[in-house]
Amino acid sequence: MTERARHLYVHLPFCSHRCGYCDFVTLVAHKEQHGAYVDAVLQELALERDSLAETVETVFLGGGTPTFTEQDALARLLEAMPHADETTIEANPETVTPELASMLREHGVNRVSLGAQSFRPHLLDVLGRTATPSAVRGAFHDLREAGFENISLDLIYGIPGQSPSDLDADLTDALELRPEHLSCYELEAKPGTRFTHVHGPELARQAEAMEGYFEQVVGRLTSEGYRWYETANFCRAPEHVDGRDLRARHNLAYWLGRDYLGIGIGAISTLRGTRRRNTPRIAAYLRALAVAECPPRELEQLSRDVRTRERVMLGLRLDEPLPLAGLEDAIDAAALERLGALGLARLHSVDSGAIELSLSERGRFLGGGVTADLLA
Amino acid sequence: MPRNLIRNFSIIAHIDHGKSTLADRILELTNAVSAREMREQVLDSMELERERGITIKAQAVRVEWKGHQLNLIDTPGHVDFTYEVSRSLQACEGALLLVDAAQGTQAQTLANAYLAIENDLEIVPVVNKIDLPQADADGAAAELADLIGDTPDHVLRISAKTGDGVEAVLDAIVERIPPPAGDPDAPARALIFDSSYDQYRGVVAFVRVLDGSFSTREPVRAMALGTRFEAEELGFFAPTRRETPTLEAGEVGYVITGLKDVSKLRVGDTLTSERRPATEPLAGYKDVKPMVFAGLYPTDSDDYPQLRDALEKLKLNDASLSYEPETSQALGFGFRCGFLGLLHMEIVRERLEREFDLDLLATAPNVAYRVKPPHGEWREVHTPADMPLEVDEVEEPYVAASIIVPKEYVGAVMELNNDRRGRFGQLEYLSEQRVHLTYALPLAEIVYDYYDQLKSRTRGYASFDYDLLGFQPGKLVRVDVLVGGEPVDALSLVVHRDAAYDRGRALVERLRDEIPRQHFDVAIQAAIGSRVIARETVKAKRKDVLAKCYGGDITRKRKLLEKQKAGKRRMKQVGMVEVPQEAFLAVLNLNEDRR
Repeated sequence: MTERARHLYVHLPFCSHRCGYCDFVTLVAHKEQHGAYVDAVLQELALERDSLAETVETVFLGGGTPTFTEQDALARLLEAMPHADETTIEANPETVTPELASMLREHGVNRVSLGAQSFRPHLLDVLGRTATPSAVRGAFHDLREAGFENISLDLIYGIPGQSPSDLDADLTDALELRPEHLSCYELEAKPGTRFTHVHGPELARQAEAMEGYFEQVVGRLTSEGYRWYETANFCRAPEHVDGRDLRARHNLAYWLGRDYLGIGIGAISTLRGTRRRNTPRIAAYLRALAVAECPPRELEQLSRDVRTRERVMLGLRLDEPLPLAGLEDAIDAAALERLGALGLARLHSVDSGAIELSLSERGRFLGGGVTADLLA
Repeated sequence: MPRNLIRNFSIIAHIDHGKSTLADRILELTNAVSAREMREQVLDSMELERERGITIKAQAVRVEWKGHQLNLIDTPGHVDFTYEVSRSLQACEGALLLVDAAQGTQAQTLANAYLAIENDLEIVPVVNKIDLPQADADGAAAELADLIGDTPDHVLRISAKTGDGVEAVLDAIVERIPPPAGDPDAPARALIFDSSYDQYRGVVAFVRVLDGSFSTREPVRAMALGTRFEAEELGFFAPTRRETPTLEAGEVGYVITGLKDVSKLRVGDTLTSERRPATEPLAGYKDVKPMVFAGLYPTDSDDYPQLRDALEKLKLNDASLSYEPETSQALGFGFRCGFLGLLHMEIVRERLEREFDLDLLATAPNVAYRVKPPHGEWREVHTPADMPLEVDEVEEPYVAASIIVPKEYVGAVMELNNDRRGRFGQLEYLSEQRVHLTYALPLAEIVYDYYDQLKSRTRGYASFDYDLLGFQPGKLVRVDVLVGGEPVDALSLVVHRDAAYDRGRALVERLRDEIPRQHFDVAIQAAIGSRVIARETVKAKRKDVLAKCYGGDITRKRKLLEKQKAGKRRMKQVGMVEVPQEAFLAVLNLNEDRR
């Protein structure tokens, strides 16, 4: 892999507050640091120029809440971004205004991932989200008004207190907005978060009742014309949108095992067999880049073995079959046979003679365990 | 030493009634050891014995008192070793019957007292611990006197701890216990009442010479087993080892045999001289067979060779331990071991763990069964998985159980024994407060948490003892446990037909809670032959995914999956089903959990 990365991730860590369930690298407030942080990110981008290809396919600005970043600083950052086919920014509904939406459009952003999470006030409350359901709708309309033709909504299910009809209502409300893309995540009560401390026991109690939620989400969305193209991601199927492929191209790059450059605090890059993680500490990050030095990083060398395992792990999240060429060593043949007998996974050859591995629908619902089984 | 100056005796007492303390005082008073050099409880030489407060192996110590030679023969203190106790008693002419003034007679005391009476021993009743504030010396003395048909004023009252009254005990031994009978001129005969193994000298036999005498270098034969050897060394303990050229009629001592196999010389056998052999062995020899069986497995399968070596070494010291290799799909390689009883099993397990530093798993114990398959011969079965599915007849070992309990608990004890298929024997009042009950009980019921139930239903007041009665017919069935349609060998059990449903149900429910959900429904069944008596299902998982995975998550998620995979590797495969070893253990420990 001597090619340079065609995918750029930029981490914008700032948030108005920290949601209880979140375990990302985030920083609350620090408005005065936004400008300095953007300067540092641009400095890092300059230092990493050689890691990026001439033509960048996708740029993704994630957070934190990228749209919480002070607007001038954000505009400055966007201006410096390489041109890409897909430039996505994550946004929280309460940060979206018509002005912001226009600014994003003007600066080349063509895809927005909007963190709706839920449309039920009591569930938003449990999550510690400040946006109201109408704010979510308002933000969506502002983005549409500004001309965004590719909007993704994030939904969370498995929230403490959420009933199956709550979930159905959330899906209905989300579908009413006709988003091009939906990401639906089961709430993860991550150890050590405030949320888990408060809600962990309740979640454990509800675990069995909520077991069918994943099926409910997939069933509803696919019946409404969405393609379940990745474990947690759905896009309007091409036949409903004049053949447009609305899969998230940036994320698809991860799932296909491509190289990517990540800049900003806590950002991770995978470049030519090395994975590296920038320091999550903003002070150390700013200090290094102020003198045009690389920020402190952790490095992980990815052996061929590890890379093939990752290819299997990531590839099996997708609805398209995984070409097995070069990955054979990573697959446990006996496990594959067992899973085949259970109707969860199967091999098939395509016209070219290549062998592909795919999971059945049930296999995809059990994708984590099935992948663990399959890995040699 | 002229025989009329010799007294051979033992001390019969319940655990903690002060046997070892009294032995210590006797050694001290007779100057066998000075108070200064005295270790507490000199006779109990093994570390384990001291910690448990019981004696595993008998020894004999010779002391002098007012011109007499007194041989104190120590007896094992537990029901599992009844046979050894009876052999030790046979080596004596008298016994001190020692009872705690606060606690009175206990079932074990009773059992051993009856053994002593059966052996025609002169019984010297002694009430100990009269110094305790809660002592009821009069009550205990009355009970004791009643038990042996003596008068209360004949009962000695002592405190072994303070030494008060111990001299009178020594005097009573000399005065009341008869000197040994036997013919010094007859062909030599000696009773083996204990043996041990020394890694340099081989088997050491503890003997009581009945007739004639033995000399060093004499060719000797064990009459029951036919084993021949030369007496390499004779001697006695006082309390340290003293060599002597001869052991004569009436005397107690040891014989170093040089034999390298402890099973060649069994307790109860008779030694005679090859020069002028006796024609008749002494009566009472039995080949003691293990009745309780359990699988012992190393927690870490790499320790299997160490476990094998350890069992080999233990067996040298413990002829009643038996073992054979066993494989279980759940637990791997181990040994099916046979024991005299539950305590024997616990002692062996503890010695393996302590002296050989092994970490062990033990399966639920079962008893020996005798089965007669259709058109087949009777045979003995030591593991439930070996029980044929079709049998004409099955027999199981029964015991004569003896329970002493305050009268208010009689109902509770009767209820327990009825639940456990007990056949009532008799009920007698030992005193106004205390009742002695006898029952015939299947040994299998005792093996299954009986002690704990007895203790809890009587608030710990019951004392319990048993003696084997032999095999009796039983309506027994083999219950198999199937996971995903596959039988799990280690979980099979043999139970009475009436208990099969409850035990099967309990096993299946426990297993359901322990087996993680899989990618498919897993049936867990208990079955008698092809008839399913209990069934549970571990429902298939409906989802098993990592919620999200983007560029920043890949390493972490990969490690999660690898961990999940490693977890799966540690599981045992039963057909298609992955079962964690802990699940088997939880089920095997079902008994222990009921405690």
